[in-house]
Amino acid sequence: MNKILSKTYFSERVARLEVEAPLVARARRPGNFVIVRVGEGGERVPLTIAGADERRGSITLVVQAVGVSTRKLCALEAGDHITDVVGPLGRATHVERVGTVLACGGGVGIAPLLPIATAFKEAGNRVVSVIAGRGREQVILEEEIRRCSDEVVVMTDDGSLGRAGLVTDGMSLVIDRERVDMAVVVGPAVMMKFAAALTRRHGIRTLASLNALMVDGTGMCGACRVTVGGRTRFTCVDGPEFDAHEVDFDELLSRLGAFRDEETSGIK
Amino acid sequence: MEKMSDRNEAWRKATRDSLPPRERMAIERVKMPEVAPARRVACRELEVNEGLTPGMARREACRCLDCVVPTCVEGCPVGVDIPGFVKEIERGEFLQAAAVLRRASALPAVCGRVCPQERQCEERCVRAKRPGGEAVAIGHLERFAADAELASGAAPEERVTSVDAARVAVIGSGPSGLSCAGDLARAGVAVTVFEALHEIGGVLKYGIPGFRLPNGVVDEEVDRLRRLGVRFVTNFVVGMTGTVEQLRAEGFCRFYVSSGAGLPRFMGIPGENYNGVLSSNEYLTRVNLMGAGSAGADTPVYRGGRVVVVGGGNTAMDSARTALRLGAERVTVVYRRGEREMPARVEEVRHAREEGCEFLTLTNPVAYLADARGRVRQVMVQRMELGEADEDGRRSPVAVAGSEHALDADMVVVAVGVSPNPIIPASVPGLDVSRRGTITVDPVTMRTSVPDIYAGGDIVRGGATVILAMGDGRRAARGILDSLPG
Repeated sequence: MNKILSKTYFSERVARLEVEAPLVARARRPGNFVIVRVGEGGERVPLTIAGADERRGSITLVVQAVGVSTRKLCALEAGDHITDVVGPLGRATHVERVGTVLACGGGVGIAPLLPIATAFKEAGNRVVSVIAGRGREQVILEEEIRRCSDEVVVMTDDGSLGRAGLVTDGMSLVIDRERVDMAVVVGPAVMMKFAAALTRRHGIRTLASLNALMVDGTGMCGACRVTVGGRTRFTCVDGPEFDAHEVDFDELLSRLGAFRDEETSGIK
Repeated sequence: MEKMSDRNEAWRKATRDSLPPRERMAIERVKMPEVAPARRVACRELEVNEGLTPGMARREACRCLDCVVPTCVEGCPVGVDIPGFVKEIERGEFLQAAAVLRRASALPAVCGRVCPQERQCEERCVRAKRPGGEAVAIGHLERFAADAELASGAAPEERVTSVDAARVAVIGSGPSGLSCAGDLARAGVAVTVFEALHEIGGVLKYGIPGFRLPNGVVDEEVDRLRRLGVRFVTNFVVGMTGTVEQLRAEGFCRFYVSSGAGLPRFMGIPGENYNGVLSSNEYLTRVNLMGAGSAGADTPVYRGGRVVVVGGGNTAMDSARTALRLGAERVTVVYRRGEREMPARVEEVRHAREEGCEFLTLTNPVAYLADARGRVRQVMVQRMELGEADEDGRRSPVAVAGSEHALDADMVVVAVGVSPNPIIPASVPGLDVSRRGTITVDPVTMRTSVPDIYAGGDIVRGGATVILAMGDGRRAARGILDSLPG
């Protein structure tokens, strides 16, 4: 049982939870995720760690209420307990000094992007971040992203914040202007697919943090398998980050909907 | 191994003499009462084998001749004193029988249900060696005694852990880890078991279905270990949540790695990542550990109309039978060798067939076909024939050219084996690992290349049975105890 120390909202459906998990806070590195379970009938759901405070013994999770389990999680308040939290899981981001890093996040993907961008900044890179959402409500953590970036481009579909356009429009702006040595993309699979297509055209090495379905999260079930470079890999133990140019995003998109029929019948 | 009980004790001699061997030989082997197939497939959790009655058990125990040289014991990986416990049953001392079992096995109620006795103790029974002879039903008797003890609510052994005891960390709470933890705790060692999942029991919980091994039985066995002083920590992935190095710094002086054979194997054929194709680990975990398909469970699972299960082991049978219980219309087990070569227990194959599973042997999938949404719709299979025997003496299947044909399927469960989980081997510097990814150990002490780390079960064997994993746990406990100072 892990206590929720604080809860704030980014929007009606997106909450930030600070969760007591001292061992995870101590061990986690950028790119890692946890599996959480709410209630005895609860599902095991993977969530990328958005931040940690070792002194407070806590980790930060950003959750968007989209399905049964994320709704249950978002319904918890400060002082409530999450039934199970296990982690950190997955391989940590391989952080190195490469020059200029384009850090791109879409929607709640901006949360896991934050520790990754911070790590690249601390490693001595110039970090240019592109954060995007449908509207201003979906662009989260702008202040925090600014603190670890040399420059931030904000994009919204409707132009309600920053520039009007997609994340790829913001990325193009930067790529057309200056030399980019590497890109990191975190967000919805469809966004990562188009972001990867863009950087491939420009020959920019790109990491994508994948959000595959999982059950155990430790390599046991294979629900999270994804094709990378023609080979089947497990997102939980081989990832969650892969070379974005090698990922079969269409397969990932299809697999994310693997239980859509079964799940919608569960949501009354 | 445990010392055998004294067969010349007065009660034992008297029991032996109470019935002449000729009469013992005349008794027919007991039949395990089973729930009727139609009823059991309609009830997901209902255990198929109902257990012997006391009368049946005592009568079956009479079939044991109490041999001077009990060859059955040689067939038991943990060295249970088989005649010792069987004769206790014969004289009606059921709790004593359980106590004899517990000297060698941490989980008798589990072993009595899932051990392949027909290939171990019962295969070595003298009665099985006679033409037309049938072995004493040792497995059924083991389950009977263990269940009698659990039902009696009899207190477990005294807690013996001393305050200044050595601290040992067991990594993984499957049968191997539980067996090691039990032996260590009984010897007064302070044991903590670290489990990655949210429940204790490993494969006993996520893998073996309730109709073969009810979760309640596992919980009761675990509870006995807890009362013996074993500590359990869930949601802790050693190598990730904390490293072996950190645990050493916290005072753990020996480690037993029983983290199991995590990764499911796939065949690497086209279409294997379509939706609806899943590993048996995923399918069984969703249903057994997460309760998918039951009221109140959030985890989704396919009900399946036409289900194909690939493989011929117990896991394949478990998957096929689970699919029937979740309402599948038709379940076909596809196996590349013949039925005789199936690694599954004979009883499991029989149960599966009684429940309506179909078997397509000498057949192997070559590709999966899906609809526009990426959901599997057909399995392309090809016929196989058995060729030359390989080094294990099993005849390798060879594809028959031009024999491809399609089977309809909206769910496919792939149960073709597992590979070792790499998390621990990758996180411990200096740990010798084989080419297959298994941890290399001394076969007697189970010690690895790192002096304070021992290992056993599937992470060493790469995929074996519950009882072999438990045998490793026992040996490792002995190895650890011998290595401790004082």
